[in-house]
Amino acid sequence: MGFLSLFSRPAAQLMALPRGSFTVDRDGRILVSTLPQAFPTALAEEIGSHALKAFKSAQTAQLPLSEIIVRYPSLKVTARELRGGAIIFLAPQTLSTKAG
Amino acid sequence: MTTEITTERPKILLVDDDEDLLDLYKEILAQLPSRPEIFTSSAGARAIAMMESEPFTLLVCDLNMPKMDGLQVLSIVRRKFPELRTVVLTSILDEQFRSRVYSLGVDLYWQKPGSGGEIKQFLECIESLLGRDAQGGFRGVQSKSLVDIIQLECLSQNSTVLKIINGPLSGRIWIQNGEVIDAIADELTSEAAFRRILSWKAGNFESLPAEPNRGRTIFNSYQGLLLETAQAQDEAHGRKDTASATELENASPLTAVSRYPGVEFALVLKPGTEKGYEARGLENPEPMAEWARQTIGHFRSLGERLQAGPLQHFEGMGVQRNVALASDGTLDFCVGWEHDLTAGQIQETMKKVMALWVS
Repeated sequence: MGFLSLFSRPAAQLMALPRGSFTVDRDGRILVSTLPQAFPTALAEEIGSHALKAFKSAQTAQLPLSEIIVRYPSLKVTARELRGGAIIFLAPQTLSTKAG
Repeated sequence: MTTEITTERPKILLVDDDEDLLDLYKEILAQLPSRPEIFTSSAGARAIAMMESEPFTLLVCDLNMPKMDGLQVLSIVRRKFPELRTVVLTSILDEQFRSRVYSLGVDLYWQKPGSGGEIKQFLECIESLLGRDAQGGFRGVQSKSLVDIIQLECLSQNSTVLKIINGPLSGRIWIQNGEVIDAIADELTSEAAFRRILSWKAGNFESLPAEPNRGRTIFNSYQGLLLETAQAQDEAHGRKDTASATELENASPLTAVSRYPGVEFALVLKPGTEKGYEARGLENPEPMAEWARQTIGHFRSLGERLQAGPLQHFEGMGVQRNVALASDGTLDFCVGWEHDLTAGQIQETMKKVMALWVS
């Protein structure tokens, strides 16, 4: 059964969805972050940028929002407006976390 | 003179960056009774190119690959080849990746087999997946309720996974040797999920190959489960509903949605058209439609970039009112809610509203 050991070789280079939070200023710059270092800063900035755009465009549409929650099957993004900037929480979702 | 009956052999595409494993899989899968034609690719981009040039019955894909990883391959496959059966074969055990893979619509997530028995189970599952399309047959049961289907599976002592879809809602019920062992429905698991699924009035179901290694979370007998669910539904029907069902049934779908308790306005957007929307409860719907369209677009593309799966829900909490965005796959919805509802209440009620729309 030696050949079967081929199946169980360890592998883990996929980018895991991060758990943590970060704050962005009104220009989208990251001020503080508890995200893992392996998570690309550019992606965190992209999340921040989309959250800020959502807040700003909602204001323009006469719909001032203080918090947004974006749900994907495997990630929950919560953003709270902070004087033009935002604090953003990322929480990966698995079946057990969804149940909890 | 002999007459040769030719039947089309299924085509399997194997994708893994390890050439040795590809050879091994090829050899193992060649043992299947359906005698599939097996093609291999050691890179995701090449696999996509192969799928574009000829149709395949099944894709078996590794997750951890250089340049284009399995999640990226599956995201593209989901968009370009929605009918293609897909299996992930990986050594990654992380629950997060399992969840992400299933959110991409993959049929099976298999840990790379490590024993002869596991290889046998794996081959049975692959053969079952190949057989579902080849054998044809009925893909739904008219005038049979979900209760009937579950009873049928349990009485026959079957092992299967029932995948049930009701508009935007979806769930799975695991049946092992005629016993219901687990269920999930959105954020619910176990018996609560089973009861939720049974409360849906209509939908489609698909019978997926059994997952013998699935952990058991339901220990009640299937008869007990069905009885308790029926009792709970009877009690629920007895309660007076805040919205008149007849009134909602007689109204147009969007009007029915806008009359739902707690809803302040409803907007339905037609994707791909700049000005295509219909609204109820808004004096000037244009700015709201524009915001909803932009926000859905931004967060949909973000979901793809993060490989977190398709955007499910967006909830915005405001001082004056709350708002929720969702999609039924064809149309996008923006619904305004009274400001005193919590995000959880909005998410839950939004699903009911979507189900109302779909029905």
